[in-house]
Amino acid sequence: MAGNNPNSKPMNLTLKVWRQKNTNASGQLVTYNVKDISPEMSFLEMMDVLNEDLLRQGQDPIAFDHDCREGICGMCSLYINGRAHGPESGTTTCQLHMRKFSDGDTIVIEPWRANAFPIHKDLSVDRSALDRIQQAGGYVSVNTGGVPDANEIPIPKSIADKAFDAATCIQCGACVAACKNASAMLFLSAKVSQLALLPQGQVERKTRVENMLAQHDEEGFGSCTNIGSCAAECPVGISLENIAILNREYIVAKATSENV
Amino acid sequence: MSWFTKTFSSTIGRKLVVALTGLFLCSFLVVHLIGNLQLFSADEGIAFNAYTYFMTHNPVIRAMEIILLLGFVFHIYEAYALSRRNQGARSVKYAVNHLDQNSSWSSRNMGLLGTVIFIFLLVHLYNFYFKLKFGEIGLDAQGNKNLYAITEEAFSQWWYVALYVISMVALAFHLIHGFQSAFQTLGLNHKKYTPAIKAVGYVFSIVVCAGFAAMPLYFFFFK
Ligand code: HEM
Ligand code: SF4
Ligand code: FES
Repeated sequence: MAGNNPNSKPMNLTLKVWRQKNTNASGQLVTYNVKDISPEMSFLEMMDVLNEDLLRQGQDPIAFDHDCREGICGMCSLYINGRAHGPESGTTTCQLHMRKFSDGDTIVIEPWRANAFPIHKDLSVDRSALDRIQQAGGYVSVNTGGVPDANEIPIPKSIADKAFDAATCIQCGACVAACKNASAMLFLSAKVSQLALLPQGQVERKTRVENMLAQHDEEGFGSCTNIGSCAAECPVGISLENIAILNREYIVAKATSENV
Repeated sequence: MSWFTKTFSSTIGRKLVVALTGLFLCSFLVVHLIGNLQLFSADEGIAFNAYTYFMTHNPVIRAMEIILLLGFVFHIYEAYALSRRNQGARSVKYAVNHLDQNSSWSSRNMGLLGTVIFIFLLVHLYNFYFKLKFGEIGLDAQGNKNLYAITEEAFSQWWYVALYVISMVALAFHLIHGFQSAFQTLGLNHKKYTPAIKAVGYVFSIVVCAGFAAMPLYFFFFK
């Protein structure tokens, strides 16, 4: 199947995986060896193989998050060899394939690390802080009544594209994980600009950005120092331009809103 | 908290102060550099000392001095407050972290670079500003305080020249990231202008810092 892929032979790997019983326990890296890993496997399938081994030996399997396994739900995570979602850019961990590694490699696997993301267990972290930011203002008011016709409100294509690009954020939290300051600004900026750019988002425009940033800060995320690791690691390519839009929205809102 | 204190204690509000004061400090660098170019005029310091007299007696400049001090204080205080917050946002560090693969060195070390600049600033103020204000200082042929002689003496010491040059390299790296970053913080990112801002920032950082570094090197090697 693999044709003449030079990496087509099964691989043996050494994994160093963060194990932690619960939020309050202290954890450590534990070394495991996995054998006969096909390069066709995804990273998560490799983890499944390891977990089946562990189960067979009567050990506790490794907890990690995943759902769709096709790069759209934002559930998977993992800090792999010092990079959020692994070494490939523009990919989620579930879309990372073992052909990117070589026989004999050692792979260090850690959870997203941020005080705002407490560890549930092992590699699974609590990302509900992002939900709370979203709930603080990431919505629009709609009229009740009949269903409106599609494309009723004229929106320039360039704006629609920008808003759509921002809307592709899958809320995975890789930006927080990769940021030196554990800041969630890339996520927040995607959510704010997606709505601020569109006519439908105007009603709550100023209050939204004020409340969402307040929630971001309250959750204990860091501030943005424009380092750019977030955008480099974001699996869907959310652009740093959104952070400039966020800053602009916030400055204008604070200067002109009625909220004292 | 009032809306005002809320704004300026938020992450974006604080960063806004760092950006505005940072750009203000950049404008100060330009004025300071252009003035100090008089050090290169071959008149044994007559022009430089006359310029010093002007700078220490003009009321507008005196007022600007206070604003400049405030600029430094706010820049350093807010940058420090943000850095503390940011360090506290991740208590357990990664065992393996490859930020070198997704970001530039200077962007990750603004605090370190700023600290080098701060130490330099203290030495620099002690050596020139305090001597000029409070020290015993001779007069030149025109009767102006002879800061030129003080400069000549300071720049004949190798360690002072080394500190000066290293600090200017640090400042250059601080600005290579900082200049363009400040525009992003202010929300000024546009595909028409951002490439130009980045290019101007890069050239600005190198030209200004090389200009300052040239002064001690000139005195040390050619005077
Ligand atoms: C002439 C001297 C200085 C100039 C022209 C300058 C300029 C700047 C500029 C333009 C920025 C970017 C602001 C932004 O990204 O929005 C910045 C950031 C910063 N500066 Fe300075 N700075 C100077 C001195 C200092 C000193 C003395 C310190 C510390 C002791 C310092 C610490 C910082 C830090 C930590 C940041 C990053 C803050 C952040 O990105 O949130 N700077 N500086
Ligand atoms: S901005 Fe990118 S990295 Fe951050 S949560 Fe959204 S999709 Fe994930
Ligand atoms: S599991 Fe859904 S994006 Fe990876």
